[in-house]
Amino acid sequence: MTAYSVVMEASQVLILLFAAPAFAGWVKTVKCRMQGRTYAGIFQPYRDIAKLFSKEVILAENASWIFRATPYIVFGVTVMIGGIIPLVCIDLPFAATADVIALVMLFAIIRFFTALAGMDIGTAFGGMGSSREMTIASLAEPAMLMAIFTVSLAANSTSLTEMVRVMGHGAFILRPSLAFALLAYIMVHLTETGRVPVDNPATHLELTMIHEAMVLEYSGRHLALIEWAGMMKLFIFSSLGIAVFCPWGIAASGDVFGMLLGALLLAVKLGLLGLILVLIETGLAKMRLFRLTEYLGSAFLLATLGMLSFFILE
Amino acid sequence: MTPFDIAIASLLLMLSPVILAPCCAKSRQLTIHLSFMITAAASLGVVIAGFLAVRCSINTSAIVLMGLPDLPFHLRLDPLAGFFLCVIGLLTFFVSIYSIGYVQGFAANRSIVRFVVFYSIFIAGMLLVVLADDAFFFLVAWELMAASSYFLVMYEDEKGENRRAANLYLLVAHIGAIAILLSFGVMAGLADGFETFQGYTFDSMRATVYPATWATAAFLLSLFGFAAKAGVIPLHVWLPEAHPVAPSNVSALMSGVMLKTAIYGMVRITFDFLKVFPWWWGGVVLVLGLVSAVLGVLYALMQHDLKRLLAYHSVENIGIILIGLGLSMIFTSFHLPVLAALALIAALYHTLNHAIFKGLLFMGAGAVLHATHERNMEEMGGLIHRMPWTSALFLIGCVSIAALPPFNGFVSEWLTFQAFLLSPSLHRPILSLLIPLGAALLALTGALAAACFVKAFGVTFLGHWRGHHPLQRVHEVDWYMRIGMLLSALTCFALGILPTFVIAWMDPLAQQMTGGRLAASAGARGWMWLTPIAAQRASYSGFNVFIGIMAVVLIAWLLLHRTKAAVHRVPIWDCGFEKINPRMQYTATSFSMPIRRIFGFLFKIREETHAVQPVRHTAYPEKLQYRLRVRDRFWFWFYQPIEDAAYFMARKVGNLQQGRIQVYLIYSFVTVIVLLAFLG
Repeated sequence: MTAYSVVMEASQVLILLFAAPAFAGWVKTVKCRMQGRTYAGIFQPYRDIAKLFSKEVILAENASWIFRATPYIVFGVTVMIGGIIPLVCIDLPFAATADVIALVMLFAIIRFFTALAGMDIGTAFGGMGSSREMTIASLAEPAMLMAIFTVSLAANSTSLTEMVRVMGHGAFILRPSLAFALLAYIMVHLTETGRVPVDNPATHLELTMIHEAMVLEYSGRHLALIEWAGMMKLFIFSSLGIAVFCPWGIAASGDVFGMLLGALLLAVKLGLLGLILVLIETGLAKMRLFRLTEYLGSAFLLATLGMLSFFILE
Repeated sequence: MTPFDIAIASLLLMLSPVILAPCCAKSRQLTIHLSFMITAAASLGVVIAGFLAVRCSINTSAIVLMGLPDLPFHLRLDPLAGFFLCVIGLLTFFVSIYSIGYVQGFAANRSIVRFVVFYSIFIAGMLLVVLADDAFFFLVAWELMAASSYFLVMYEDEKGENRRAANLYLLVAHIGAIAILLSFGVMAGLADGFETFQGYTFDSMRATVYPATWATAAFLLSLFGFAAKAGVIPLHVWLPEAHPVAPSNVSALMSGVMLKTAIYGMVRITFDFLKVFPWWWGGVVLVLGLVSAVLGVLYALMQHDLKRLLAYHSVENIGIILIGLGLSMIFTSFHLPVLAALALIAALYHTLNHAIFKGLLFMGAGAVLHATHERNMEEMGGLIHRMPWTSALFLIGCVSIAALPPFNGFVSEWLTFQAFLLSPSLHRPILSLLIPLGAALLALTGALAAACFVKAFGVTFLGHWRGHHPLQRVHEVDWYMRIGMLLSALTCFALGILPTFVIAWMDPLAQQMTGGRLAASAGARGWMWLTPIAAQRASYSGFNVFIGIMAVVLIAWLLLHRTKAAVHRVPIWDCGFEKINPRMQYTATSFSMPIRRIFGFLFKIREETHAVQPVRHTAYPEKLQYRLRVRDRFWFWFYQPIEDAAYFMARKVGNLQQGRIQVYLIYSFVTVIVLLAFLG
C-alpha cells in the first residue's frame, strides 16, 4: 500500500464525512422550496450536528451497553462502507474488502444494532420501531440484493470496482434487465434511507414513525453520531446507485485531474438525484404500513424480473 | 500414531464413561466432572484426527471382527469422514465443558449415571456413523445414535410433553431409517460381490456403476431417509417438538451435529457412491433446500419459546446447506468441477458454522433456562443486566446466525451467493428460472433471520423483566458454562475472519468429492482476502472489515469521550403518563405481528380477543384476553390425515377383539382351516 493510496482513501472518507450533511441539507432545501416553505440553507445539518455534539447525554436508567455502543457501531460501519464504494475513483486500496453482497450485509449490521437499541429501553415506541424496521428490511433487503445481482451478472463480477469498470468504461450496451434493476433500486433506496412514501424523516407521529421511533431515546453526542451516520447513509445509497447505474465520469486511475473531474461530476449527479428524490417525495403521500408489502413486493418482483430477463435474454 | 489410531483411541475413550460412571455413582460431583472431562478430552482427540485426515488427505480403512459371522464391520477414515469428525468433535468439546456446569443444576434429583451413559453412547454413535464403511455397520451406528438420543430427549420423562415429543422423534427416525436401509439394499443388490456377501461394503458400492433407474431409486430413498433425520420440510415436524424438551446441552448436540450426520449421508451416497447423476437430482435438493430455508425461518419468527425458535432455525440452516449441496450437484452433472467445489465448500462450511453457532445459541438458551427456569420469551426481558456474559455471548451467536460480517455465518452464505451468481447459463429453461429465484429466496431468508434474532435477543435480554417471579432470583451461570460458550463464540469469530485457512484445509475434500480445487484461487491474494474464483469476480476480507470498523469506533469514542463528562442517568421518559410498566413493552408476539400479517397465508392462525367480566361499560372492559395460536400447516396437510387413518384402522382392527374366549377360539379354528386349505 503506497502513501498515495492512503491519501486517496483518507480523502474519500473525508469527502463522505463532510459532504454528506451538505447533501442532506440540499435535499431538505429543495424540498422546502418545492413545498413553498422557508428554508435554512444547505448548511443547517452541520449546525444541527455541532449543536448535538455539545449537548449533554441523557440516558434512561436501564440502558445497557448495547444502547451506548450502538451509535459508535452505526457510525463505524457507515464510515467503513464509505471507504469501500467508489465515489470519484475506482482505484481504491480498500475496495476489495467487501463486494456488493458484503456491502448489503454491512448495512444489515447497522440495522441490526439500531433495532436492538430500540428494544433496549423497554418503551413501546422503541419496540414498535424495531419491529417495523425489521419487517420492512426483510422485504427490502432481498429486493436490493436482486437489483444488484442483476448488474453484477451483466458485469460478471460482484466487486464494485469491477462493476464500475465494466459499466462505465466498457462498451455501452442497452440492457433491459438493468431497467428493471434500476426501478427496483430506486424503490429500495427510498425504503432504506427512510424517505416518503415508506417513512418520513421529519415526523415524530407515533402512527407513522419507523426509523425515528427506534432512535427516539437518544440524545447528545449519541444522537449526533446517529444523525450523521443517517446522512452518510443517504449519501452512500445515492452514490452507490450512481456508481452502479450511472458510473460515467468515475476516474479509472488515481490521477488528480481525473479525480477532480470525477468529484465535480459526482456533485452534479448528486444534485440531480436530490432533485428527483424531492420530486418523488413531494409527489407521493406516505403509505400505510401494510400497503408497504405491495410496494416492496413489487420492488422485489421487478428485481427478480430483471434477473430473469438477464438469464433468458442475455 | 496415525490419525486413524487417534480416532479409534478417542472413540474408545468416549465410551469409557459408560463403564466408569456407574462405578463412581456414589459421588455426583465426581461422576459429572470425570465423565464430562473424559468426553471433552476424547472430543479433542477426534478433532485432531479429523483435522489431520482432511489436511493430509488420508484414506485408511480397517476391518473389525465383530457383528454377524462372515459380515465383519468395516471402518474408514477419509477426508469427508475427517471433516465431519471435526465438526462433531469441535462442538462436543465445547458442549462437554458446558455440561459440567449445566448438568449439576439441571439434573436435580434425577439419575446422573443414566444421563452420562446415554450422552457418551450418543456421541460415539455419531462418530461411528461417520467412520462406518459398510451399510450394516452404518445402520447399527445410526440406530445407536437415534436410540440414545431418544433416551436423552426422554430424560425428564415425568412430563407428558417430553414423552410425546420423544415418541414422535423415534417414529420419524425409524421411518427414515427404513428408507435408508432400502436405499442401501438397492445399491448392495446391484453392487459387485452381492453373491459373496461383499455387496454391503461401501467399497463395492463405490466401485459399481448403477443403471439410471435404480440409481434414481436409491437416491430418492436415501434422500427421504436423510431428509427425515435432517428435518427438511415437510419431514421436520419432530424437530421443533424434540429439541426444546431435551436438556439444553443435548439440544445443542442434536441441532448442531446430529442433523449433520444426515448431510454426511447425502454427500456420501450422491458424490461418493452414485457419482454420475442427472441435473434434476440437484434441482430436487435445491428446491427442498429453498422451501426449508424460507418456511423454516418464517415458522421460527412465529415462536415465543426460545428453544423452539432455535429448533426451527435448524430447519432453515439445513435448508441453506441443501441449497449449496443442490447447486454443487447441478454443477457436477454439467461437468463444472470448480463451481461444484465452490458450492460444496459453501455447503460444508455452513455445516461447520451452523454446528458452532447453533451449539452456542442452544447453550445460551440453556443458560437462560438454568437461570430463569423459563423457556417462554414473553416471561423474560432485561436479562442483560443480570447475565452480562451469557447475553454478550448469545449476541455473538445471533450475529453469526443472522449472517452479519465479520462473523462466520456470513462467509458461508456469501459463498453460496457466489455459487448462485457464478452459475453461467446452464441451457435448461427450468434452471434459468430456478437459479435467480433461488438467489432471491436465499436473500429473503437471510433478512428474515436477522429480524428473528433481533426479536430473540431483544425480547429475552433487553428491555424490562416481564416475568412473574422476582428478577433478583436470576443469576449469571457458572464458569464451566461460560467457558463452553466463550470457546464457541471465539470459534465463530475465527471462522469468520480466517476463511482462507479453512478453505485451504478443506481442499482435499473438495478434490475427493467433485474433482475441483479451490484453495489456490481462493487464497491467491494472501490469507486476508477471500477470492473464491478470482479477485476481479468477488473478494471479501472479514479481517479488514473487523479492523476497519473497530478503528473508526475507537477513534470516534476517543474523540468524544476525552472531552465530555459522564452521561446523565434519568428515569425513562413516559410521555407524562406516569404509569408505564413492563407489560407495555413490545413482546415476541407483537414484534412478529407485521410479518405474521404479511405471510399469514402460510400458517394456520387462530386469533381471539374477548373482554373479561366485570364490564362496567361495553366500551371499557376491565380486562381483555388475547389468545393467539399459530400452527404449522404441514401438520394438517401431511400428518393429520395419516394419523386419522391410522387411528381409524386401529379402531376397525379393534372390533376383532371381542374379549370372549369363544370368539377367540373361532378365530383360531378359522385360521387353522384356512391354513389347511392352502396346504392342501
